[in-house]
This record gives sequence, C-alpha cells and structure tokens, in this order.
Amino acid sequence: MAEWNAAKPKNAVAAWVEERLPIISLVNNVVGSDTPTPRNLNYWWNFGSLAGLMLVVQIISGVVLAMHYTPHTALAFDSVERIMRDVNYGWLIRYMHANGASFFFIAVYIHIFRGFYYGSYKAPREVLWMLGVVIFLLMMATAFMGYVLPWGQMSFWGATVITNLFSAIPVVGESIVTLLWGGFSVDNPTLNRFFSLHYLLPFVIAGVVILHLWAKKISDSGNPLGIDVKSNADQIPFHPFYTIKDAFGAGVFFFVFAAFIFYMPNMLGHPDNYIPADPMVTPDSIVPEWYFLPYYAILRSITFDIGIPFTDIVFIPAKLLGVLAMFASILVWLFLPWLDTSKVRSGKFRPTFRWFYLFLVIDMFVLTIVGGKKPEGIWPMIGLIGTAYYFAHFLVILPLLGKIEKTLPLPESIANPVVKAAE
Amino acid sequence: MKLVKNIAIALTAVAGLASASFGSAAGKHPMQMEWSFDGAFGQFDMQSAQRGWQVYKQVCSACHSLKYFRFRNLTDLGYEEDMIKAWAAEYEVEGEVDDAGDETMRAARPEDAFPNPFPNENAARASNGGALPPDLSLIIKARHDGANYVYSLLNGYEDAPADSHVPAGKHYNPYFKGGAISMAPPLAEGIVDYEDGMAATPEQMAKDVVTFLTYVAEPKLVVRHHMGLEVLMFLGILTIILYFSMKKIWKPVKAGRNVYEDKK
Repeated sequence: MAEWNAAKPKNAVAAWVEERLPIISLVNNVVGSDTPTPRNLNYWWNFGSLAGLMLVVQIISGVVLAMHYTPHTALAFDSVERIMRDVNYGWLIRYMHANGASFFFIAVYIHIFRGFYYGSYKAPREVLWMLGVVIFLLMMATAFMGYVLPWGQMSFWGATVITNLFSAIPVVGESIVTLLWGGFSVDNPTLNRFFSLHYLLPFVIAGVVILHLWAKKISDSGNPLGIDVKSNADQIPFHPFYTIKDAFGAGVFFFVFAAFIFYMPNMLGHPDNYIPADPMVTPDSIVPEWYFLPYYAILRSITFDIGIPFTDIVFIPAKLLGVLAMFASILVWLFLPWLDTSKVRSGKFRPTFRWFYLFLVIDMFVLTIVGGKKPEGIWPMIGLIGTAYYFAHFLVILPLLGKIEKTLPLPESIANPVVKAAE
Repeated sequence: MKLVKNIAIALTAVAGLASASFGSAAGKHPMQMEWSFDGAFGQFDMQSAQRGWQVYKQVCSACHSLKYFRFRNLTDLGYEEDMIKAWAAEYEVEGEVDDAGDETMRAARPEDAFPNPFPNENAARASNGGALPPDLSLIIKARHDGANYVYSLLNGYEDAPADSHVPAGKHYNPYFKGGAISMAPPLAEGIVDYEDGMAATPEQMAKDVVTFLTYVAEPKLVVRHHMGLEVLMFLGILTIILYFSMKKIWKPVKAGRNVYEDKK
C-alpha cells in the first residue's frame, strides 16, 4: 500500500486552503510529479495517460462543436454541414472529434488488453480495475449517443436498432424504450435527450477517472513483472522519467491521429451518414462504429431460444438472450479478479496463459470482422463460435488455468530481475 | 514457397466468394481513375472544376439540387466576383415579405444557396417518374469510393443483358445498386460548350463534374492537405526531440542506478 503524504504548501493561501480541504494533498498524491513509480514500466503503460489525453481532446473539441450544433431533427444535419463549411476551422474540430472517438477507443482497448495480459485486475487492484470497466461502459454510451447527433442515415438507424434492444427486457422493456425515445419512435425528443446526455456523460467519465487515479495511488501502479515494489531501488519518480516517456508516446500517437484527421478523415466513418436521416428508407445494412463490432457480433450470434426441447415452452427468447450476452460480455470483466485464479499476475510467467491470451485477441478480431458482415452464409456460425469461445475464456479457461498451470519462477525484485535459483 | 502459394490461392478463393456473395446486391465495382485531389499533396484541378461547374449548371441542375453550395463559393474555383454576381442573378429566390404583406421574389445574390430545381420533394418525384433525384452537395462522400463511383455511374450505361428485367422508364447501369436506375444517360457528346474550348466528351464531362462535386462535398480539402503537412512535420520533429530527450533522461535508470540514492 502506497503511503499518503500530507502536503505542506509554503504559500499562505494554499496552506489556508489545504488546512480546510486537503485538495493539494489529493492532487499531489494522485498525479504528483514525485510519485514513486515502478522503474520497469514498458510502452504498454503509455496508454492510460493517452486515454486521459483523448478525453481532454474530446471534451474541448466537443464543447466547441456544441456551440454551433443544433439538436433538432430538421436542423441537426444542416448545422453539422455549416460547421464543416462556414465555421472557422469547423472542419478541423469536427474531424478531430469524430476521429478522436476512434482513437480514444484504440487507447482504451490497448489499455484494457494490457491489463488482461499483465493481470492488472488482481489484488489489491480490484476496485481500480472495476472503475476502469465503469469508465468503458460510460464511454460506450457516450460514443453511441454522439454518433446519433449528426442525424444521418446511420445515426438514425443505429439509434433505432440499439434502443430497440431494450424492448427484449421482460415486463418493463417496452416502457424503457418509450422513455429512451421520449415517444413512440426515434424522433426529435430522442435527439434532444441524446444531445443532453452526450454532453453530460463525459464529465461523469472525468469524475470516475479521478476515482480511477485515486485507486491507482492507493494500490500503486502494477508493472510488467507483476511483483510488488520492495524498496525505492525498484522505483523512480514519475517526473521526469514517465512525463518524458508519456510525452514521447503521445507524440507518436498524435502523429497517427493527425494522419487520420488530415488525410483519411472519413475512413473510419460510414458513407451513409452523409445522407440525412430518413425514417422511410432503411439502409442496405446497419453497421455500428468499428469499436462496437465485437459486441454487435455477440448480440447477433444468438438466434435460438432457450426452453424445454421439443415443446413450445420458451424461458429466454433469442432476442433477450442476445441482449444479455452482449451486456454480459463486458460485465464479465467486473468479475475477472475472482475468475482468474492464478496467484501469478504477469502473463510473462504464465506460459500456457500466454497462448490463451493470444487466442482471446484473435477471437476479438474475428468477432470484429463478423460484426461488420451481413448475417448470411457462414458468418452467423463463426459469430456463434467466437461468442462461445469468448465466454469460455473468462468463465472456464481462466478459473481452471490458475489451478493447473505450472508458472515460471518469479524474479527477486524489480531492480534485480535475476530469476530466483530454481530450488 | 509452396505454402505461401497455397495460402495465396486460399485467400483469393475466399475473396472471390465474398465478392460473389455481395456482387448481386451491390453494384459493379467502380472504375479506378486518377484524380487531382487524391493523395497527401492532392488539390483541385481548377480548370477541370470550372468545367465541372459548367456541366452541373447546364446539365445536372435541371433535376439535382446542390443545397449546401452557395454562389459565393465559386471564388474558391477562381471566378471573379462580378461573374459570380451575374450568375447568381440568373436565378430567382424568395425575397422578404413586402410592406403590404405579400411574398416577393428577387434575383439571387452570391450569399444565396444554389436554388432547388423543384419547389418540394413531391414535385421532384412527379417530374421524375416517382424517383427523387438526390441532392448532390455531399454525393461524393455519401457513397463508397464516391469519386470513382459517380464517374463510373455517369459513363456506365449499357444495353441490358438478356436475363435482366429493367422496368419501363428505367435504364440499365451495372454500377447502380440493383442495376436499374431512373436517371436517363445524362451526358451526350457535345451537350456542353466548354468555355475553354475543351472537347466535351462524356468521359471528360464526367471527370470534370466529379472534380466539381468533390470540391462541393469537401470545400476545405486543399486547406486540410496543406495544414496536415505542417502538423505532421511539426509532430514528427517534436517526437524525434522527445525521443532523444527521453534517452538522455533515462540514462541513469538504464544503467541500473537508484535515482533516489543519487539525489542524496
């Protein structure tokens, strides 16, 4: 457990504030420049601060866009085109925001999969991990509602498909959908409330990020070896070492981000969203943004009811089962600290786990591809196998693997990573 | 080597299957053309965009609106203000309500959007056999591979194969989804008299109008390409400096020193 240092500001005003609300201590301890940090963090540890940077980019560009955007079904599309054509640098701000969502997800996906590999969810970091899952869920809600705002064809039909999912919930489903829509179809009230919530949720995310960082301070950063810090020889101060490393990483990340903004601004979007929403015309295929595709594949892979075979009795209809599977695919991460029974944190010392980790990554890519295809031919079957494997990884493989896997010997300390002599 | 070859064959087969399954619903893959606005250094061929404006004005605008395009935007294509004023004045738009409370019409001004050829959607459909000619302001961005698609569509009319049923009033065009399009072949040899004397072949007109429509869909494309170069150069140099700073700062850590002990 990291020590919590009380700040003693020299400035009289700061000292006065600190005495009444120890906010300077909080900031110092949580993101302070001299925070002792494991000395062996590799580049996979860059993506936490990158995700934080992307949140800032999204909030700033989003606040500016909101100054020019009109949340009304008759005006939304026009107001976005006005931003693209007549607002000073409006095209730049909008392309930053639209591609920024994708790059935020790229950073967060790498951050999460780094956690999967290095066992970042294991004791004492369970709460830190669970707060991260909450942030991810909030991001998904925010991104989904943001995609609705331009009121293009994909906006409208994506909103229709996703909000309709809630109708699968027994008893209260229909009422929830009416509440989400603010009426009996996706229409102006829907657009209005989505705009309101799209503006609200990023600040909720920022709040949970503060808790996430606070929990990180309490439990310390993990590290690639997955062993605890033993002495200050294992650590270095965050500044200047990790500030410069994060800055360099941000340089590379933003270079790629800028290449998309300036040279492929529409590559990650769908052309149909440049057609104004038309409730009378259904697009050829309704596809969500790339970062939702794995969950969309899981949703659509379930096409069978659960009931008593050879009778008409159905306990869980296919639609509800698909919706449950989709939500469960992320909620299962909340239980990961207990599902993974291995005492060893880092995948570095778990030779068998490494293979299954690789299979999970491949499975995610497969599900992403399946999510983008029409559910015809071989694709639903691949989707079902991918979904089954996904849940098997978390619910079967990880609990069993921890019991039976023979792990490699752990090093003595971070500073002295000489493997303990095999006794 | 054999393995590589086998993998290549397998991949080709899979790709073939995939395209076969999509081939029937989606249109034929568009012809791939070279465009002046492609690539990191791409910009609009002004002569071509100006000719394209002429094609739009004299041919397309009979049916297709261009609602996000304003006459004043023509300055970007290198036209003088007097000319733009004169062009705008050729059209009538709704004016202010006069003192007696009656609606008035006035000549269009440079700040006005290009007027819609039809007063409303029903009128547009009534004049076009039930089909609605889409607004062209964003057509290049609203279709996959938009520039090549529009070019191919404009030049893609052919006689319907024996096994296809093209309903009366429709025309066969393999690039259009489903193959039967309501728009009659719009471009015929010499339908436009180019001001710069260029021969108005259908291929030339299609190329020019696509360049013009790409400008209308993405008016900031050239600014974006230029600024991108500056931003990438800046970020590139900054990142290199940050890299070497990092190497220098991390030296004691890489050497295995305890920086806390060093400080004392």
